[in-house]
Amino acid sequence: MASERVNYLPHVQSLRCRACSREYPVEPVYVCDFCFGPLEVSYDYEAVSRSISRKSIESGPHTLWRYDDLLPVGREYAVDIGAGMTPLIRSNNLAGEFGLHEVWLKNDSANPTWSFKDRVVSVASTKALEFEFEVLACVSTGNLAGATAAHGARAGMKTLVFVPGDLESGKIVGAAVYGPTLVAVKGNYDQANRLCSELGDERRWAFVNINMRPYYSEGSKTLGYEIAEQLGWKAPDHIVTPVASGSMFTKVWKGLNEFAELGLIDGVNTRMHVAQPEGCSPVSRAFLDGHTHARPVVPDTVAKSLAIGDPADAFYALRIARESGGTAVIVPEHEVAEGMKLLADTEGIFTETAGGVTVSALRRLAKDGVIKPGESVVALITGNGLKTLELMDPYVDPVSIDPTVESFDANVDGRVS
Amino acid sequence: MAVKVKIPTPLRRLTGNQSSVSADGDKLSAVIESLDLQFPGTKERMCEANGELRHFVNIYLNGEDVRYLDGLNSAVSEGDEVSIVPAVAGG
Repeated sequence: MASERVNYLPHVQSLRCRACSREYPVEPVYVCDFCFGPLEVSYDYEAVSRSISRKSIESGPHTLWRYDDLLPVGREYAVDIGAGMTPLIRSNNLAGEFGLHEVWLKNDSANPTWSFKDRVVSVASTKALEFEFEVLACVSTGNLAGATAAHGARAGMKTLVFVPGDLESGKIVGAAVYGPTLVAVKGNYDQANRLCSELGDERRWAFVNINMRPYYSEGSKTLGYEIAEQLGWKAPDHIVTPVASGSMFTKVWKGLNEFAELGLIDGVNTRMHVAQPEGCSPVSRAFLDGHTHARPVVPDTVAKSLAIGDPADAFYALRIARESGGTAVIVPEHEVAEGMKLLADTEGIFTETAGGVTVSALRRLAKDGVIKPGESVVALITGNGLKTLELMDPYVDPVSIDPTVESFDANVDGRVS
Repeated sequence: MAVKVKIPTPLRRLTGNQSSVSADGDKLSAVIESLDLQFPGTKERMCEANGELRHFVNIYLNGEDVRYLDGLNSAVSEGDEVSIVPAVAGG
């Protein structure tokens, strides 16, 4: 029985409120009863340190499940469609463009549903089965929709996906294909999120980013683990991350620090940089204005995957950006598509809008001297460009010819770039 | 004046497991006082010691985030609906 799986993980101690440290049992809850603070999984790191080593990780599967000693679920029952261990690519062409020497791209668009969300949903759906839920649900700005629908299909669960009504067609199709009940909410993400928070209170569903959020968010730590492992067991000098809710940003940092505490890497001197688009930049704005909390905004950005106006983890993301010596960047809207195009032109990687924000933020950080030529930087490319084809329309202009050599010579020859 | 208040799971232990209750007041702060009178402890959960709304609590008045209105000073009318929603979901 699935129930036998619950609490079979000795390294998982409890849930703990990030704000007031009150402890809760390992259940599908996400909010502190006392202060409404977010709950986070608490581990017995001594137990973890006895079982984990570079060698044990390297001998694990070539997926995020190689790190299950540091996840709130075990690989034995994993809902696994191959998330994780995406390429970390040394990107000399982009480095040359920006006057840097050591630029790495963590290409998470290589995940099974082409975004980093497969990491979090793989963990959340596995935990949902442990808790014996039959329905897997999410509220999504797009990438999560596909990841939830796919993992729900794999797990044999009913799936329910809520998206804002104005989402790009690539993301709608990319979720619908797996057969979920797809609900388009007339409103923006924050409105859909509020609706789902209320719905989730009344129904016994595993809402991956609501009642399963303490487990779900832990999946993003694996981005930090992989970066460190793939760099040869060390942390980079800088990480540039697109930020929506701020959850992934905080968990990449947590992942690196857990590795350091366990002695798997020497230390973490990584400066964490927030990248947001001008049309939805509550976290970057709060950073630049010196505030500890973000003021909510109504999003108006082409980077719909980042269009969260009321980010749940803004407070923690801001704290980490400051404590790590990082910064925050507001990328003008027109630089989103430019960043996508530059990455494709220089490195052969087609990213969606969030990646365009990251690349343009990296360019600005290099230009402003925040990232120095001799320092290493990892930029997170979190989703695939085929999801947001609309943005590239201005760059698409095929030459139409007759099927003759003469027509080719007259129209194309000499234009080959 | 009476308004309907939707209670989230973290507060239901205080409301006898009721998910929706009635409260009185001409502005939101008064509604919270009215809630606390009926269900002692609710204000402490929602507000900091200085009376400000806790950062991890969102309140919606007829679906509108009160931070876009007048915060706890927002005026409420007979029959309005107030929703208390945890702020740490999503993303």
